[in-house]
Amino acid sequence: MSAVVLATDDIYVAQNIGFGIIAAVMIVGALKVVTSKNVVHAALSLVLVLAGAAAQYLLLAAEFVAVTQVLVYVGAVMVLFLFGVMLTRAKLGHEADLNNRNHLLGVPVALVMLGVIVWVLIDGFEDTRLPQGDQASPISIQAVSDSIFKPYLLPFWALSFVLLAAVIGAIVLARKD
Amino acid sequence: MIAVDLPYWAQSLLRVLGGTVAVLLPAGTIVYLFLFKMMSFMQSRLGPMEAGPYGSMQLFAEVGKWLQKEDIQPENADKRIFKIAPLIVLVSTFLLVAVVPFGPDAYFTDFEAGIFYALAVSSVSVLGILIAGWSSANKYSLLGGLRAAGQLIAYELPMVLAVIGVVIQAGTMNLNQIVEQQNAGSMFGWDGLGNPYILTQFVGFLVFMIAVQAELTQAPFDMPIAESELVSGYMTEYSGFRFLIFFIAEFATVGVFSLIASVLFLGGWGIPFSWFGWESNNDVDDWMNIVGPLIMITKMLGLSFLIMWVRFSYPRLREDQLQRFAWKVLIPVSLINIMFTAILKVAF
Repeated sequence: MSAVVLATDDIYVAQNIGFGIIAAVMIVGALKVVTSKNVVHAALSLVLVLAGAAAQYLLLAAEFVAVTQVLVYVGAVMVLFLFGVMLTRAKLGHEADLNNRNHLLGVPVALVMLGVIVWVLIDGFEDTRLPQGDQASPISIQAVSDSIFKPYLLPFWALSFVLLAAVIGAIVLARKD
Repeated sequence: MIAVDLPYWAQSLLRVLGGTVAVLLPAGTIVYLFLFKMMSFMQSRLGPMEAGPYGSMQLFAEVGKWLQKEDIQPENADKRIFKIAPLIVLVSTFLLVAVVPFGPDAYFTDFEAGIFYALAVSSVSVLGILIAGWSSANKYSLLGGLRAAGQLIAYELPMVLAVIGVVIQAGTMNLNQIVEQQNAGSMFGWDGLGNPYILTQFVGFLVFMIAVQAELTQAPFDMPIAESELVSGYMTEYSGFRFLIFFIAEFATVGVFSLIASVLFLGGWGIPFSWFGWESNNDVDDWMNIVGPLIMITKMLGLSFLIMWVRFSYPRLREDQLQRFAWKVLIPVSLINIMFTAILKVAF
């Protein structure tokens, strides 16, 4: 399915054009993450990919998820990432041996991930379409929280405890005394 | 409610124009009123007096000077990133103003997750500061950038936590509905003043304003650009137009954060609805779309006066004092504030 085919689908013209542009930017960014010869350039390309994901969520009318994506990934994770890189080994200009010895192993892993995600998405949504015109409205925050805290409350708590343990572990490891 | 029906492109154009005004006007006002004049008076001097009556044209002279300066880049700098960095900081400010409501219909967007969005995009500016410091190829710049990142991460948490108190009390994240809740509310049955959250959320207001002061890297939290230690931090290598962008972004962000604080704690554009017998945002008369922005600008000036007053009055903290203050004082205090707000919300 190329962008042209998507754009001629007369129902979602604007969304599909937007999707195509953002997706192209994300793909270029993702390729730059792995081909860039400079760690900071790679990290900035990753910012582009993550911000693009936020834009795609907006196109899907999931504004809360989009904002969370920006807050967590662009505002926090990438800042910490750059912070760490700059404190340790951020040289200006090109670096020669950025590739790990096993970097080709990444290709099959990425393909398997792609397959799993595509399968889960198609299995989960089949041919559900976004509501159009008058029925179209952003997914409300209440709906998001209901779907997390009603059926998945226990996994959510379990996850919080895992995170808490990780935080305490980080403090214990980092403290000298 | 407004009778004129504009086509989509005209609305978008108006929004872009309005956003530009809403960013640049507060920035100019704050720089002239507070940075040029108020600071001078507090230090027993006159400040700029030559350009225009009472020096009021000084800003245009400054902008003209900056615009005609040579665009200098350090030899070893990462040129492309060096050029992008100030723009990221400015874009973050423009994104921020997009959710601020100025009247019942005078808003740019009506985001349901309004305040959450504001907190998210305000954190994007850290990226610009970090890469500005790194790409300058200068150890002072890099130190300044790293200090800024450490500080902004530390103070973003108390800011988010302080806002949660307001969100719990209002029961919504939409900024226009937060305004409605405050102006339509009542205190113990008396609705002459509405229910501005500065009264019920005073602790939250204090924490929020301190965190804003640190987010804006204004003194006493100006370690990232500490001129006696780091020359000018991440801005050291910037000159001319690119420095101007950093400068505008700094003071525009002061204005936008004051606007957001006035929406959260001071009732925003509204006047107590009971004065005119309004019940909700839908009954508010159309003239509030004109008066609302004026009320907002007044409150914005009041709050930025506070920010600037603190800036001119207090000496700089040390780096370890800064981090300790955020993690050991502000975050616990705002967590306790959330707990009490939640208990009272359930009890009443």
